[in-house]
Amino acid sequence: MSESLKPVTAIKAPVHLEFSYTAGRASTRFLRGMAQGKILGQRCPECGKVYVPPRGSCTICAVPTDVEVEVTGKGTVTTFCIVRIPSDSLSIDPPFTCAHILLDGADLPFFALIQECPFDEVRMGMRVEAVWVPKEELGPTFESIKYFRPIDEPDASFESYKEHL
Amino acid sequence: MGEHCAIVGVGQTKHDTLRVDVSMPGLIREAVTKAFDDAGVSWGDIDAVVLGKAPDMFEGTMMPELFLADALGAVGKPMLRVHTAGSVGGSTAIVAASLIQAGIHKRVLTVAYEKQSESNAMWALTVRIPFQQAIVAGAGGYFAPLIRAYMARTNAPDDTGIRVALKDRLNALKNPTSHLTFPDVSYEMVRDSPMLWDPIRYLETCPSSDGACAMVLAAEDAAKTSPNPPAWVHATAMRSEPTMFPGRDQVNPQAGRDCAAALYKTAGIKNPRKELDCAEIYVPFSWFEPMWMENLGFAPAGEGWKMTQEGATALDGDLPVNASGGVLSSNPIGASGMIRFAESALQVRGLAGEHQVPGAKKALGHAYGGGSQFFAMWVVGSEQP
Ligand SMILES: [Zn+2]
Repeated sequence: MSESLKPVTAIKAPVHLEFSYTAGRASTRFLRGMAQGKILGQRCPECGKVYVPPRGSCTICAVPTDVEVEVTGKGTVTTFCIVRIPSDSLSIDPPFTCAHILLDGADLPFFALIQECPFDEVRMGMRVEAVWVPKEELGPTFESIKYFRPIDEPDASFESYKEHL
Repeated sequence: MGEHCAIVGVGQTKHDTLRVDVSMPGLIREAVTKAFDDAGVSWGDIDAVVLGKAPDMFEGTMMPELFLADALGAVGKPMLRVHTAGSVGGSTAIVAASLIQAGIHKRVLTVAYEKQSESNAMWALTVRIPFQQAIVAGAGGYFAPLIRAYMARTNAPDDTGIRVALKDRLNALKNPTSHLTFPDVSYEMVRDSPMLWDPIRYLETCPSSDGACAMVLAAEDAAKTSPNPPAWVHATAMRSEPTMFPGRDQVNPQAGRDCAAALYKTAGIKNPRKELDCAEIYVPFSWFEPMWMENLGFAPAGEGWKMTQEGATALDGDLPVNASGGVLSSNPIGASGMIRFAESALQVRGLAGEHQVPGAKKALGHAYGGGSQFFAMWVVGSEQP
């Protein structure tokens, strides 16, 4: 078939994304906290649940969550996945483990990478802590936390986090 | 519900990794032409068009409904696009049905599609946005932790997912539209396939497909003149919930349970496992079969895996699930939900061919999307309600 009659089946046209993001009040507090190496959440005045990151209101009670609370970077792995498949948009080579982490004092799981630990030694109930980027690199972004790593504490019992699965 | 709604035409493309033989409009026309042949109608008989597809980033084409309007025969007619992430094919069919049930239109064409080969859904689901928590490594990375949580909560045998995948892949061999077919598939072949998102193996995962599904829905009068037996809509339901809130049960979401309860109530179903003859459920990763069996009330909480292990969901079981081969075998994401709805209609019309469940009179079509947060379901039957 001559070139001019061949079907055009693929034109590569990469997409680039640039964001101008207005965070809103609750996310602003959280992102400003990130820039200071702090994890800030908000407590619901009615049910007492702590949202990290905060959303500005409680989904269950439909009231503003205006009480700010700081949580430490320590938490418990509730569940996880070992990723063994590469992706263009990841800066890390598989295999690696990402987990749902229930931060102490929070009531929402946080999604994060687990590092400084063999990928296949991550387990449900494992105790971990946040590892931050160097101080001069802190900014109003989730990326201020590099990843989580294990800490030398006994595993949390299944009972203690099963409500969060 | 006012008017009754019937499904009088169903069409699907051959689903495949790379349908470079057709453009997006061509892909859609392939499904629509088949649905029209089934329904014995042509473009002039259609009053309105309802289109559904998954997020635009999944194929890199923004607002495709704009340039598809003429290919869909929508010029001079009402046209709607629906979007509810992975459940969109189901909610699109429900929106189309509601236009008939409300007495607004006599015949509605509804179409859902995805040409995944034109972009990269894994990339679209893994975009790093610094002001949001990263969803790491695609849909598998999102759903694998939920599967692990289900396994821990129920102590289900480790090979439950393998058995689901084997069953669906055997069913797919009986369906000419299937994308993935492994003629020599075996328990060992699934078990030994590589882990992609541990605990999800390669053969327990849905593919990325190019494909489309179309249905012609008709009001009672129009249905009575159609050449092939219709399927009647007995009930529809949709529910949604936020991705994250404290105490959210992501394994057995409230929105799914509420949606099923509302659906059965409208359909007059008291015991779904007894009263439904088969089900087409959105199972993109094998373990979602037992999870949804519980969510949909076919099994008590914690016992969905028993249905798989006992063979209840096999083609010759008491509740065949995904006789078509399911999402594990064909996954043009935007269309995947509508394919579930369409396959349930084919079953009660007796037109499912080699994967027909003998004597099926009442069937469930189910779709879910987002972070297990959007649900769309219908019950269809061979008898007019
Ligand atoms: Zn509250």
